[in-house]
Amino acid sequence: MDLFLQTLVAGLLAGVMYSSVALGFVLIYQASGVFNFAQGSMVLLTALTYVSFVETGAPFWLALLAVLAVMVVCAVFIERLILRPLANRNPMVLFVATLGLSYIIQGAAQLAMGTDVHMLDLGIADDSVQIGNLSLSKFDLFATATAIVLVAVISFVFNRTRIGISLRAVADDVVAAQSIGIQLPRIWRIVWSVAGFVALAAGLLWGARQGVQFSLTLSALKALPVLIIGGFSSMPGAIIAGLLVGATESLADFYLGPLVQGSVSTWFAYILALLFLLIRPTGLFGERAIERV
Amino acid sequence: MEIEPSLAAGTAVVPPRSRSEILKRSAIVALAVAASLAPLGLSDYWINSILIPMLAMGLAGVGLNLLMGYAGCVSLGSAAFMAVGAFAAYNLLLRLPVLPLPVVMILAGLIAAAVGVLFGLPSLRIKGFYLAASTLGAQFFIEWLFTNFPWFCNYNLSLVITAPRLQFFGWNLRSPQGRYLMVIVTTLSLVTLAYSIIRSRIGREWIAISDKETAANIIGINVGSRRLLAFAVSSFYCAIAGILWGFCYLQTSNAFSFNLDKSFTILFIVIIGGTASILGNFIGAAFIVLTPIFLDLAVARLGLTDYVNIGVTTNLQRVLFGVMIIYILIKEPNGLYRLLQRVVTSLFSQYRRSSAV
Repeated sequence: MDLFLQTLVAGLLAGVMYSSVALGFVLIYQASGVFNFAQGSMVLLTALTYVSFVETGAPFWLALLAVLAVMVVCAVFIERLILRPLANRNPMVLFVATLGLSYIIQGAAQLAMGTDVHMLDLGIADDSVQIGNLSLSKFDLFATATAIVLVAVISFVFNRTRIGISLRAVADDVVAAQSIGIQLPRIWRIVWSVAGFVALAAGLLWGARQGVQFSLTLSALKALPVLIIGGFSSMPGAIIAGLLVGATESLADFYLGPLVQGSVSTWFAYILALLFLLIRPTGLFGERAIERV
Repeated sequence: MEIEPSLAAGTAVVPPRSRSEILKRSAIVALAVAASLAPLGLSDYWINSILIPMLAMGLAGVGLNLLMGYAGCVSLGSAAFMAVGAFAAYNLLLRLPVLPLPVVMILAGLIAAAVGVLFGLPSLRIKGFYLAASTLGAQFFIEWLFTNFPWFCNYNLSLVITAPRLQFFGWNLRSPQGRYLMVIVTTLSLVTLAYSIIRSRIGREWIAISDKETAANIIGINVGSRRLLAFAVSSFYCAIAGILWGFCYLQTSNAFSFNLDKSFTILFIVIIGGTASILGNFIGAAFIVLTPIFLDLAVARLGLTDYVNIGVTTNLQRVLFGVMIIYILIKEPNGLYRLLQRVVTSLFSQYRRSSAV
């Protein structure tokens, strides 16, 4: 039983990391209806940029600010060069465009900063803490705390500030939002910047865990099944689904893995999402779309 | 919300056979004849490194295009079905020595089609991004299956597969010319089949579904079964392309030869070449195959070989593909095919004007 609990809790904590990536997807989807496939590449970009700054000897805060600046610049360019020319096009077109964007970001980031694996040290020792019968990783607890803060800040911004309310207005009805004077390009720049910040948080956490390297983008792809289960437009959905995926994945690896001679974690989340889709196509919290001719 | 031409179809109207249609047909036939005669005049390098991969990837493009450009479902798992084709053909060739190569290819295609239907089941309930994201499940699961269960590669220690036999009624097809022959004959027959599928009732129903699903439903099209059929046909094509890629191009392949990157490449082929255009897929494939070769040539020509390593060119390639995708989506949603078509038409009309004077 203890072993079960231990696996479950470790999985839940890993799930927090999935949620942190999924949040970035949800943000952009809510505000612009774009399914941003490049979120995973943005995670890699932020982590790589951060590491590169730190390796030149910059202190933590300076490096952090520098990455934030880079993400804002990226957001401005993305809005001007990709989103604006493709405005009002079919959502699938935008989706494929972000796939192209993810190739550009991956290629450019690795061209500029190399393909070596970098170590990222946030200064948090990965010791274990004993709580009752469970031993938990200090780093995982820190990651969880970060994610909670992140969600709190984002929901505060979304619900209480002027910018957040205009973001929601755009998500609700683009034309109505524009007619009351909300500037779409500005909203897009802001929301992509915020998604960049979320990517930074995820990038630092993931990077510290597994080293900063190309495979970060693959880990970030795990956010997709999380989104399928949680629904694309729901932030609480992303969090809960992230925990669900993390927990079931780690349990499956523990109990199912030995039966099939190997780790099942590369695909388990996707198959779980597939099965989930057959039962509840709109996800846990998604809204059912009504179609008209 | 107003509907506008999407990635899929919309533009894929099937026009009546006009004069330009006859022109197009004769152009295709001329291309096919030229392609069939290619081994007579070209070096092994051209055959091995350019023509074979181009045709195999183009065929995979046709497979995805039937699903995406016509039936309107984006898939991110096409390479997985190539893997199913290659591994199924390997096992059939190995374990059932009585079967001739063409029968093995068709059987492998049918196996992949069944797998395709299985992973296409979610399309009964969902579409769009949800469906695209769920096709990743096929990609990761099948890749894992072929790396974790050595039975599929006959307990080969390095998990690779090589064609156990490659012959057609006693002719050995292992030489570059032989492999090319296998590729071109397969490709031409499948492309012909694809054209007839598109022109048939099935093709028109696919287009109707991707244009407006609800409307298609109302006029009595069974949307669910047609979608599953699209998954089956698409997987069949991808599987055959996988056999060509694994046996005729790579010759020694493993599950990793059909990874996520390959799936994206196939998607890029369809977008760059032009959705809902079969010929465009081969133009897209040519772009994808030739770009790295041009990059290498450019590096050598500019004398940068000392500074540029493989990592740099692959990343440069990634950036180039990404830029190309976005450029095509913004400027020419119908891809290089339409671009080429316009150039040819304008040249033609210029020629006619000058000859009229």
